[in-house]
Amino acid sequence: MKTTTKTAKRSGARAPTARTKEAVTRRAPRQPPASAYFIEELHDRPERHTLAVIVDNEPGVLARVIGLFSGRGYNIDSLTVSETEHAKHLSRITIVTSGTPMVLAQIRNQLERMVPVHSVTDLTAGGKPLERELALVKVASSGQDRVEALRLADAFRAVVIDATVDHFVFEVTGRTSKIEQFVSILAPLGLIEVCRTGIAAVSRGAETD
Amino acid sequence: MKRQMTGAEMVVQALIDQGVKHIFGYPGGAVLPIYDEIIQQERVRHILVRHEQGAGHAAEGYARSTGKVGVALVTSGPGATNLVTALTDALMDSIPIVGITGQVPTHLIGNDAFQECDTVGITRPCTKHNWLVKDVDDLARILHEAFYVASHGRPGPVVVDIPKDVQFATGTYAPPNHVGHKTYHPRVEGDPAAIRAAVEMIAKAKRPVFYTGGGVINSGARATALLREFVRTTGYPITSTLMGLGAYPASDPQWLGMLGMHGTYEANHAMHDCDVMVCVGARFDDRITGRVNAFSPGSRKIHVDIDPSSINKNIHVDIPIIGDVAHVLEAMVAEWKAMKSKVDKVALKAWWRQIDAWRARDCLAYRQNTDVIMPQYAVERLYAATKDKDVYITTEVGQHQMWAAQFFKFEEPNRWMTSGGLGTMGYGLPSAVGVQVAHPKSLVVDIAGDASVLMTMQEMSTAVQHGLPIKIFILNNQYMGMVRQWQELLHGNRLSHSYMESLPDFVKLAEAYGCVGIRVEKPGELDDAIAEMIKVKRPVIFDCRVAALANCFPMIPSGKAHNEMLLGDAVKADTLGKTIGKEGKVLV
Repeated sequence: MKTTTKTAKRSGARAPTARTKEAVTRRAPRQPPASAYFIEELHDRPERHTLAVIVDNEPGVLARVIGLFSGRGYNIDSLTVSETEHAKHLSRITIVTSGTPMVLAQIRNQLERMVPVHSVTDLTAGGKPLERELALVKVASSGQDRVEALRLADAFRAVVIDATVDHFVFEVTGRTSKIEQFVSILAPLGLIEVCRTGIAAVSRGAETD
Repeated sequence: MKRQMTGAEMVVQALIDQGVKHIFGYPGGAVLPIYDEIIQQERVRHILVRHEQGAGHAAEGYARSTGKVGVALVTSGPGATNLVTALTDALMDSIPIVGITGQVPTHLIGNDAFQECDTVGITRPCTKHNWLVKDVDDLARILHEAFYVASHGRPGPVVVDIPKDVQFATGTYAPPNHVGHKTYHPRVEGDPAAIRAAVEMIAKAKRPVFYTGGGVINSGARATALLREFVRTTGYPITSTLMGLGAYPASDPQWLGMLGMHGTYEANHAMHDCDVMVCVGARFDDRITGRVNAFSPGSRKIHVDIDPSSINKNIHVDIPIIGDVAHVLEAMVAEWKAMKSKVDKVALKAWWRQIDAWRARDCLAYRQNTDVIMPQYAVERLYAATKDKDVYITTEVGQHQMWAAQFFKFEEPNRWMTSGGLGTMGYGLPSAVGVQVAHPKSLVVDIAGDASVLMTMQEMSTAVQHGLPIKIFILNNQYMGMVRQWQELLHGNRLSHSYMESLPDFVKLAEAYGCVGIRVEKPGELDDAIAEMIKVKRPVIFDCRVAALANCFPMIPSGKAHNEMLLGDAVKADTLGKTIGKEGKVLV
């Protein structure tokens, strides 16, 4: 199990998005820095990490986890949950979150001390994990747009899982960036509905999480 | 031994098997089957309160003063929601309590049935864990698990919500098994490498300070003994949070007094200027740190805590040690001896000289008054009259609480029950009820304020019913004193709704409840009145009329550092002079 605690390493983190940059400037000090902590805090940029949380699949367990995030003001960028070991009634919750290293360590510790939580693994701490998402995309169009949508779907290796003369439903899997791109390209071609699963992730290599 | 019984019987049997002698509760429709079992046995004594919040706080006082788990039994709906304040209070202060709540029958859950509420949903963020029992065959296991979770690791409140049909249903009861919990295994032994590094750092310190908290008391008598041994071996100064008072004797020369917002000048300056800080069972709360980026800027910090989420939450520490205080201190003391550690005597002497200079400021000094009782004086006299007795002190929240912490000197742990984290006005009176139930022969005093005490005053009736001779020592200044102090210092002395108009006559109120009322207005009468209060073997409401506009100092104003404390005299000279009118000046 890779359960390294402090995630000072930034190699795995993505470049801060426009939103996170803004958050950093907003935290500018009102008073001049008086100690090392203050300066250190300024240097701590938010990082995006993917956590795998193994929990007992009992009623209310998801509410506990989500309640922790909302109650303590942590971010949830993506959340995916399903029972993964039926015999043991274990569910795996994959959470993509962002925060400073100090906040990320807090999130891990806060999760770990919850009674139904078996383990918390920071997949990003051990390098970039494998992350995939599935999207169902409904497109209603006719004529040239319809042909173009089908051609693009093919380029993205999306599969048609439902169709009439008026619409297609595509199933597409891949990294979040690919899904984003696919959805945005289809927008002018009659896109009417999107459903996404959120991120499922595992670490690379033979080790388990 | 496994046996068949009803869910209601299981509740009582589980309490017996968990060694519970007393529970605090209030009956209602959804817990009637359990109450029907309670009256048919004598091993668990039920204390009927007057409001479910009182049951929760009484369970807290019981737990805090004994080190055992406190139990509250309440009904569904309003019973459960009234318990929420006490649960949150226990969560913030790490007090082990088990709340047992009745629930509407399972087939009615979600139907907006009479006295239904989503108890597990409401109490999820204010408990360590909670359970809704849907099958009677799970009940025994869940009850035992509840006691385990409440008392292991960082202690805290739990709730078991039991629908009425589950209480009636028959199932298999199993006694507690000690096989262990499926997932919850808090670490108690500290990492030996970290302990070694910590001991080395402690030995090399030039300006050390021990900063201890409620975790020491929660860890038990062994932790207190080890802390005393270690601190005395090193000869280092020690301060403590509000929650940790009593772990180290206040009469000891190494004791600096409480730290934090209303802590002593010497304690806060020692924290600010130290080079090694040894935090044991405390959590760098914002009332302690002041402005975090100016908190003890030159020190390396060691943090012993059983809860990993307390580490690096507010303040970055250099050596975190996750474990139970007693286990870690035992290892530290052993390591100290094994390494034949010696302290730097020259540096320590200079450090103590500095600390003595801070002490010489006599930060708790106040201006004595011959006409009006100063609240500080009242606490001092109470302390003088009770220090040689077997005494337990509870408090409400506000100025009186801080004066109690500053002027009452605690020599032993578990003698001081106060609402620290949540700051619950109305905690002290029901808490005193719980303490008195646990220690029927001891003297239990709630140092109270006139505003706080009215929040849970109805529990006087509980005290009278159960023959609990608690003493409610009200420092009556006719204000919400702490609110008024903040308004005076920070809001231009505009005393918005902090004056307690139409206060009851506390002496008559005492008589109405069937207990004893005493009123004192002059400093000269105070000692005799306190002696009388102690002598009376019945509950007493002691209305101590004190100076109305006295302020609680020293004080670190919000957003300031430890070395930017306001001392009483300095404030009187400038800020207060400008903000207080003629009338106010006469009284201060």
